[in-house]
Amino acid sequence: MLTIALTGLNATDSPGAGVAVARALREAPGRAVRLVGLSYEPLEPGIFLPDFFAKTYLLPYPSAGSAALLERLTYVQEREQIDVLIPCFDAELAHFIRLEASLKALGIRMLLPTANQLASRDKLRLAEFGAAHHLPVPATHALHQPADLPAAAAALGWPLVLKGRWYEAETVHTAAAAEAALLRLAARWGWPLLAQRHLVGQELNVAGLAEGQGHLLSAVPMRKLTLTDKGKAWAGITIEDEMLTELAQRFAEASRWRGPFELELLRTAAGELFILEINPRFPAWIYLAAAAGHNQPAALLSLALGEPVAPFGPVAVGKLFIRCAWDLIADNEHFQLIAGLGEV
Amino acid sequence: MPLKKNIATSEAGFVFNPATGDSFAANPLAAEVLKLLQAGHDLAAIRAQLLERYDVPAHQLQHDLDDFIWQLTSFQLLEE
Amino acid sequence: MKLPYERPTLRRLTAGTLSKFGPQAGAGVRPVAEVAGASVPALLAQFGSPLFVLSERQLRRSAQALRRSFGTRYPRVQLAWSYKTNYLNAVCRVFHQEGAWAEVVSGFELEKALGNGVPGHHILFNGPSKTAADLARAAEVDAVVHLDSFDELRALLAVAAGRPRPVRVAVRVNLDAGLPQRWDRFGFNLENGQAWQAVQQVAAAPDLALVGLHCHLGTFVLEPAAYGTAAAKLAALAQRATHELHQTIDYLDLGGGFPSLNTLKGSYLPGPDLVPDLDEYAAAVAEALLGAGFAPEALPLLVLEAGRALVDEAGYLLGTVLATKQLPDGRRATVLDFGVNLLFTAYWYDHLISPVRADAGRPEPTVLYGPLCMNIDVVRETALLPPLGPGDQLVVHRVGAYNMSQWQQFITLRPNVILLDLQGNSHIIREAETLEYVQQPERVPEHLL
Repeated sequence: MLTIALTGLNATDSPGAGVAVARALREAPGRAVRLVGLSYEPLEPGIFLPDFFAKTYLLPYPSAGSAALLERLTYVQEREQIDVLIPCFDAELAHFIRLEASLKALGIRMLLPTANQLASRDKLRLAEFGAAHHLPVPATHALHQPADLPAAAAALGWPLVLKGRWYEAETVHTAAAAEAALLRLAARWGWPLLAQRHLVGQELNVAGLAEGQGHLLSAVPMRKLTLTDKGKAWAGITIEDEMLTELAQRFAEASRWRGPFELELLRTAAGELFILEINPRFPAWIYLAAAAGHNQPAALLSLALGEPVAPFGPVAVGKLFIRCAWDLIADNEHFQLIAGLGEV
Repeated sequence: MPLKKNIATSEAGFVFNPATGDSFAANPLAAEVLKLLQAGHDLAAIRAQLLERYDVPAHQLQHDLDDFIWQLTSFQLLEE
Repeated sequence: MKLPYERPTLRRLTAGTLSKFGPQAGAGVRPVAEVAGASVPALLAQFGSPLFVLSERQLRRSAQALRRSFGTRYPRVQLAWSYKTNYLNAVCRVFHQEGAWAEVVSGFELEKALGNGVPGHHILFNGPSKTAADLARAAEVDAVVHLDSFDELRALLAVAAGRPRPVRVAVRVNLDAGLPQRWDRFGFNLENGQAWQAVQQVAAAPDLALVGLHCHLGTFVLEPAAYGTAAAKLAALAQRATHELHQTIDYLDLGGGFPSLNTLKGSYLPGPDLVPDLDEYAAAVAEALLGAGFAPEALPLLVLEAGRALVDEAGYLLGTVLATKQLPDGRRATVLDFGVNLLFTAYWYDHLISPVRADAGRPEPTVLYGPLCMNIDVVRETALLPPLGPGDQLVVHRVGAYNMSQWQQFITLRPNVILLDLQGNSHIIREAETLEYVQQPERVPEHLL
């Protein structure tokens, strides 16, 4: 019996991947797993799923620093003997990478990208990364002040997409609209912002897993069918697309990526393919990959344990996922314990 | 200054206000004071009792109990 | 035997963001009863509260660490202590003993450096506000004038005329190092050609000797690569001066701006998780300079004007709780005997603050207010500390930079500053102010007497 700890239990309308990863792990062939939840807030829905997590612990927010995280995980480890930990939340990754050796000394194994790999696919550096590795990234300009806008607009043309440093994007059609959006986004997310060429087309995603030597073990392409108003997929379908798989392969080779990743892509009417973002973790829809024959979380488990993993075969195409809003019923005591004592 | 009647306090030190849906975590001394308030003791009696059992100067206990009552008031846990 | 006491508290359990700490992070609040080997209660009893403490051991360690980081990667490195960061004479003299030159930005600082025994030719005179008298004094003592503008160049030419030896000059350059904020208000711009124009004019002036090129990227710069870019650009400018004007540049001054481990306000991550190691800065600079194409015997001296990175860690502010309150919104508030008048950097940083007493109970969030009767006097909007009462003592960490020069005599007097030497002996290096001291320059007109 292996004990696996997971973050990202926030299965909300902008979901973390933890619940989906947990679900895939429960179906890992030939493995019995015991799951420990790690959450940042006491109402992360995954905590309240019946029979999913043997125990859940609150973690200090990443803003409290890596030392606080290590201290908390040391406490958890004394009680749980975690074998493998799978971080599912972007903002915490830098800490886990920094703590990799310390956690290993406690007996906790992980499969993570390196600090350089994490930095190289950052929004601000993605264009540079794309140019260096011949990966198609839409033309992007960093805006450090409002005065940078005219030059960016002249180079990119109208309309263009303005993106916050961490989240949020807006398509603007005129200089006046751009200026207003610029100030709004900067007030929210700070400088710099990104101005990106506006592209119209089909949104596609690829969930991938690579072992760190340049070999891609799995790539599952998915087309989004419906979107929430936050642009998150609410339904999607696995597809067969050589170009997407090849792109994931090129990414894994070029970056020697270690661990899970998600490519967010866009294909124009002319058939051009662009990488919009590279996420350094499993996507929230990763259970679809397992359902399509690529149980990437189970494979990650084997890699983290140092076991050999053979590349997956073909993806079962035409598998659909449809997210379902479903109300869990819980006892208040459950909430009191996690909010008051930090564990339940 | 009685506690509202329907306030539920649990063994683990949790307090639940059914009128608002709020939950609170009480530290051990807060749980003790709540229990005494619920049993109908007035503040002076509670203070005297605590002074006898705890290692604390009288003026500090007075100050802390006043603060605690302010807290109960702002959390709407006391009868008007 | 009475039971140990812990103040009664109730915490509302919220569904959303609790506080940025989460409920368990309190485990990380550690009491600090000693700074630099000395007991905090003993120091406060002897020297009064509040009290600034500087550790000589840490000052020297930081200087040696910087020299090691750069010196093991580049053969010719010179530190110039940035006076404005902390110009208490004792602090400056520790750095001068460690081999640092002086970097000054006013006539006042120039005289301080001379008074601390720094030879004039080891003083670099920066800043946008040098008066004719300042320039004359700099010329007289052979300090290097770091030129800021063409107007200043004209003023300096007037001052330099007829002197027995040429006035030594460095050209301050501002440049695009890839950083979002450019400090283009100081010096001559590189990209638009002003810097080259300034270099040409200085080189052509017989009364001036061009000895250095200088740039300063900003403050609390978290991008080591920017220093590499700046070094490469300055090196290229120096080589152009050599090739086109037959002018040898003795030193390249990359300024300061290196961060300390403090946490900037609004930063998502705390300083220790965010701030790159000094080695990363050193590696970027050394790689750029060694790869710039200088002949090995013609490598310019690398000057660094570090301030904060050398002194912040060595400074502590010790203080005492005056009162605690319950705010109407349910928050806890703690009033301290020091505020933004002494801890100017509370405007920039979320300072790490530790309790002194070990058995104070479970930590809880509290606002920390200073003693001023002014709403702006907030030391921390929220800090996680055990329940504190009047008389409880606190330690603020990493306060060595800018506080002891930017502090204000506002409402109250400034306290003692002590230095703990290598043997652990304490020395007052600035006495607590008195009413007489503050009023000494005042004059009351006769009709008001």
